[in-house]
Amino acid sequence: MSKRENGKVMKDLKKKLKKKIIDIAQPREKRIYIRVEPEKTPEVVEYLFSKYKCKFCTASGIDMREGIEIIYHLAREDKNMVINVKTLVPYSKLEIESIGRRIKAFRWIEREINEMFGVIFKGHPDMRRLILPDSFPKGKYPLRKDFKNSDVTDEDYDYERSGI
Amino acid sequence: MKQTIIPLGPYHPLLEEPEHFKLYVEGERVVDLDVEIGYNHRGIEKLAEGKTWDQIPYLVERICGICSTSHPMAYCLAVEDLVGCDVPKRAQLIRVVVCELERLHSHLLWVGLAGHFIGYNTVWMWAWKYRETILEICEKLTGNRNHYAMFKPGGVRRDFNKEQIEYALEHIVDVEKPIRMLTGAILDDPVIHKRLKGIGVLTKKDAIDYSALGPTSRGSGVPWDVRWDEPLDGFKDLKWKVIVQKDGDVFSKSVVRLLECFESVSLIKQALLNLPEGEAIDADIKEVPPGEGCGRYEAPRGEVFHYVRSDGSNMPYRHKVRAPTFNNLPTFKASCKGETIADVALITASIDPCYCCTERVAVVDKNNNEKILREKDLLRLSVDKTKSVMKKLGKTPPLYNMEI
Repeated sequence: MSKRENGKVMKDLKKKLKKKIIDIAQPREKRIYIRVEPEKTPEVVEYLFSKYKCKFCTASGIDMREGIEIIYHLAREDKNMVINVKTLVPYSKLEIESIGRRIKAFRWIEREINEMFGVIFKGHPDMRRLILPDSFPKGKYPLRKDFKNSDVTDEDYDYERSGI
Repeated sequence: MKQTIIPLGPYHPLLEEPEHFKLYVEGERVVDLDVEIGYNHRGIEKLAEGKTWDQIPYLVERICGICSTSHPMAYCLAVEDLVGCDVPKRAQLIRVVVCELERLHSHLLWVGLAGHFIGYNTVWMWAWKYRETILEICEKLTGNRNHYAMFKPGGVRRDFNKEQIEYALEHIVDVEKPIRMLTGAILDDPVIHKRLKGIGVLTKKDAIDYSALGPTSRGSGVPWDVRWDEPLDGFKDLKWKVIVQKDGDVFSKSVVRLLECFESVSLIKQALLNLPEGEAIDADIKEVPPGEGCGRYEAPRGEVFHYVRSDGSNMPYRHKVRAPTFNNLPTFKASCKGETIADVALITASIDPCYCCTERVAVVDKNNNEKILREKDLLRLSVDKTKSVMKKLGKTPPLYNMEI
C-alpha cells in the first residue's frame, strides 16, 4: 500500500468522524490513533467495524491513575492499517456502554477488561467472569497498577461461589 | 424435547491449554454451546510489566509451546513500531525462515491429531514422522527443536552460517515430497470427504462478525493473512499466495492448512536463497522512548496481536497480548449449532486450539440422571462414525482396534 493511500484513509476518517472525536493522529504510516470521549466511543467503534469494514483485533485496558484507558484495536486489512480508538473512563464513573451488545466479536474482551480492571460495560449480555476463577475475591482487579500479589491470600478466595 | 447439558473438558494431559465446553443438546443435536477458559491463566501481561524490554521475548515465547516464535515476533514488531526503527533485511529473512518452519510443524501436528481423532492412525504416524525432519532443521538452524530464542527487538540474536543454510535447503526438499503424498492421500480419500465436508460450517458473515483469524477465517472465504496485509519489508520480494477456501467447513480448514504447508516450504527456500551477505542482523536499539506500538504477525492459528506502551523506563508500562484462539473460540457458538456430539469434538479441533476439551466429558441430564462420557468415549463416538461411513462406501474399516 502506498503512502498516498494511507494518507487517504486518514483524510477519509477525519472527514467522516470530525464531530465525534477529540483528535486523530498518524504517528507512523500504518497506525492511526483516535481519541474519543467515552460516550461517543461505541458509536465510533461500531462505525469503523460495520461501515468501514475493519476487523476487530482486540481491546486493551490500561490503568492511567486518573482512570482506565481502553483502546480498541481495529484493522482495515485491505488498506493495511491498524486503527486504534482510545478513550479514558474516569475512576469517578467507571462505566461505558457495551459494544458487545450488538457486535459479537467484542463480548469476550469486554468480559476480560471488566474482571481485570473493574470497568462496567452497560448492556453487555453476559457479564460472567472469563479468565479469573469464580472464587476470586470481588473488588480486586489484578491488572490495575496498585494491585500486588500479596493483596489476595488463600483466605480471600470464596470457594463456595465456585462450588468447590 | 428435553434439553441436556454436556460439559466437555477442561483438562487433557497430552495437549496444550485447558478449556471447558458446555454443550446444550437435544438428543444428539447440539442446540447451544458455552465456552469457559481461564483454567491456566498465568498472568503473563502482569509479569511483563516487571521485566525489561530485552527479557520479555523469553517470557512471551513461553505463552505457547507450539507457536513459540510468533509471540516474540509480534512483540518485537510492536517494540520496533514504538521505536520506529528499520530491521536489516538479513534479520527479516531469518525471521521469515524460523516463523515458516514453525508454521510447517504446527500444521503437520494438527493434521496428525485430526487424523487420530477420526480414527486414521496411519495419518497421525505419518504426519508426525515427517514433522520430525522439520524439527531437526529447526535444531540445526537455531539450536533448539522448539523455543528457539532467536528474536530480539531490532533483529535476531543468531545468524545462520553457510553450513546451516545448506543443511536446511537440502532437507526441506525431503519434507516437500511426503507432504505432497500426505495431502494427496487425505484430499482424495472418499471417507475423509464424507466425514469432514459440510461439518461445522462457519459462514463468511459469521467469520467476519466474530473476527475469526487464520485458517479459521481463510477456510470461510475471508482472505485475512497478516503476512500479506502487513508484510515485513523482507516479505515483499518473496513469491507466495494466500490460500482461501469458500465452504467454511472442517474440510476447508484442513485444505487451507495442508496447502499452506507448500507455501511455507517455498517461502523458506526463497528466504534462504536470498539472504543478503554480510549484513548486520540487529538494528541495535539503545533505548525505548515513551510512546506506544502495535505488532501483529500471522501465527499458524491466526493473527497474534501485541500492544506495548512505554513511559520511557526500561520496562513497559503496559503490554497486551492477544492470542488468535481468543478470537476463534467464540466462533463455536456459530459453527457447532445443529451438529452431533461426535462431530463437535472434531469441530472444536478444527480451529486447532487444544484437544484438552475432550479429557473429561460428563453428560448431565436435567432430571439428574448422571452419565460420564470421557475422552475415550468421545473418541470412540468419532471413530465409530468414520467406520460407519466406510461401511456405507463399501470400504473395509481399519483392522486395528482403538485402544487408548
